[in-house]
Amino acid sequence: MITGAEAIVRCLENEGVEFIFGYPGATVCPLYDKLTKSSIKHILVRHEQHAGHEASGYARIKKRPGVCMTTSGPGATNLITALATAYMDSVPLIAFTGQVSSELLGRDVFQEADITGAAEPFTKYSYLVKNAADLPRIIKEAFHIASTGRPGPVLIDIPVNVQTDKLDFYQPGAVELRGYKPTIKGHAGQIKRVLRAINNAQKPVICVGGGIFAAEGQKELMQFSESINIPVVSTMMGIGAIPTVHPLYMGMLGMHGKSIANRAISDSDLLIIIGARVSDRAVLLPANVSKNTKIVHIDIDPAEIGKNLDTIIPVVGDAKEILKQVMEEEPERKSDEWTGLLKASREKLTLDYEPRKEGINPKAFVNLLSRTLPDDHIYCADVGQNQIWSAGNCEVRSGRFLTSGGMGTMGYSIPAAIGAKLAAPDKAVVAVCGDGSFQMQMMELATICQNNVDIKIVVMKNNKLGLVKEIQKNAYKNNESGVDLTGSPDIVALAAAYGIPGRSIDSMDAADEAIGEMLSNKGVFLLECIVDENESSM
Amino acid sequence: MKHTISVLVENKAGVLARISGLFARRGFNIDSLAVGITEDKNISRITLLVDGDDYIAEQVTKQLNKQIDVIKVRKLDQEEITRRELVLVKVKMSSDQRGEIIDIVKIMQGEIVDISHSTLTVEMSDKPEKIDLLIDLLTPYNIVEVARTGTIALQKGAAIV
Repeated sequence: MITGAEAIVRCLENEGVEFIFGYPGATVCPLYDKLTKSSIKHILVRHEQHAGHEASGYARIKKRPGVCMTTSGPGATNLITALATAYMDSVPLIAFTGQVSSELLGRDVFQEADITGAAEPFTKYSYLVKNAADLPRIIKEAFHIASTGRPGPVLIDIPVNVQTDKLDFYQPGAVELRGYKPTIKGHAGQIKRVLRAINNAQKPVICVGGGIFAAEGQKELMQFSESINIPVVSTMMGIGAIPTVHPLYMGMLGMHGKSIANRAISDSDLLIIIGARVSDRAVLLPANVSKNTKIVHIDIDPAEIGKNLDTIIPVVGDAKEILKQVMEEEPERKSDEWTGLLKASREKLTLDYEPRKEGINPKAFVNLLSRTLPDDHIYCADVGQNQIWSAGNCEVRSGRFLTSGGMGTMGYSIPAAIGAKLAAPDKAVVAVCGDGSFQMQMMELATICQNNVDIKIVVMKNNKLGLVKEIQKNAYKNNESGVDLTGSPDIVALAAAYGIPGRSIDSMDAADEAIGEMLSNKGVFLLECIVDENESSM
Repeated sequence: MKHTISVLVENKAGVLARISGLFARRGFNIDSLAVGITEDKNISRITLLVDGDDYIAEQVTKQLNKQIDVIKVRKLDQEEITRRELVLVKVKMSSDQRGEIIDIVKIMQGEIVDISHSTLTVEMSDKPEKIDLLIDLLTPYNIVEVARTGTIALQKGAAIV
């Protein structure tokens, strides 16, 4: 017989877990007690929300569920934003929360919170464990649910007495959930319809979302678009699905996207959506799109098809499998007329990379930064103007672009970068945030130092909550309200207090050299870029 | 438009909360919801009456299917099903009204299941429209309490969900 806590640790080792991002407390003490004897490394975060984000960054790069752990009550509720962020972006997480002893459940005792209830809208599934003997089965199921189908976070709430109860450990058999059987292969009849639609189209466009990464189908996507000569646009979550420098890539679509990407969609006669939710930010007026455009929607989650956009040809399944199936049917290659038209327009686009009289041009800076970084670098963008500057101007070649797309959670970039770096220690990882979002995550500098995580941090400082200020400028007669960040610390000095080297630049003349200094520094580095508060996001 | 949706779910704690939460969150209007165990004690059947257009009915079906604990979802064709609802109506009356009420209950093929000096309790199991009619007929008297189960339904003939 072993304890529930020992069983949990053993199960996690069997699942190949390398890291747990967590924060201890009374109701997870039995588990923490057993962790010291395990090969699993615990990363102590400085706020529970970041435990979830770090697990998210890890999961997105490692292509395996990230694991986070907090105590009951406030520890658990602090995690909710990270669960919601992961849920919206379909990131596989396993979240363990401690819970008060099971005989006290429902009595509102110290640090009791109904976390399975509270997190229900933001989890793919959740468990409140009542018997220690169920733990091996539940943990196996949780990893299966989190990582298959449309990935997402799974919460396991474990009362403290269940962690100390004894059980006969067993290896759980194959997961058998009769209500959960994700479709992988596309329906043959629908594949034929897709083929006909492609063959009949004059102006097809592919719109790719984050689902392509979950399916690990980037290679197939590139083959597909190249072999049939179809231009590609992406949602924010789909950035980097094919290299942003690829001749067939027309940029990100939507409210903050490239005009050429939006034009490609509105002029198209066939829109092939792959692993995207077509949310309001991506397609402002779904009805306008579907009027003249035939729509193929490929998604592993049937509930996403037809939710926001009328679909002519729905195909449920794994994006990579379906792309392979379509290619096997050998669709006709399209002429260069349509792609040529778009490519020509794209070349005419003028990019605003001019140096400013005062301050950094943020668009030029992120472009320069991403071009200087190795091809396979991981770029973590935060939320706010910095996200739009990054999404529109950074080059993603063979690496990844990580951001909180669906929830738009400020304070995501640094923890995500920490998780990503631990998942891929050999890759260059950079987090780009604003001075607003930086202050939502700056406590993680300690986590970085404690674990020697070599990430590079760029803070775009304009002393404002820039994106809100911009909304107030455009829609509220410039009535700035609650967006002034006066009182913020000297960020470079703050980093220095942690022993983190850094510097501040306020002119593009220094950018090249400063980026060089940052990237050649062994270990974490913080670069502050002074940006004028009137820089617009587009 | 009314849609009848039959849902087979795992019979375990928290499933109903998850499903009812889903309706609230996504703004689906549910007219009635009836839950009960099936021939398999591990499976419960939820019968839903949903008000909305075809888009809503499709969204409800898809979102239900997405739930891990939902085993099967079937939107039932209104013409191809047997529908039943059970009602208990307590009517307060004077002794001279008793005969009239008993007549109504007889015509409606209901049953008097409880009686006191001042009240009658009527039970009836029928299509929801007939239940509505019974309540309508009893309204001129003093209805003091009504309990309805919500509609349950099965397909006619050999068809099963």
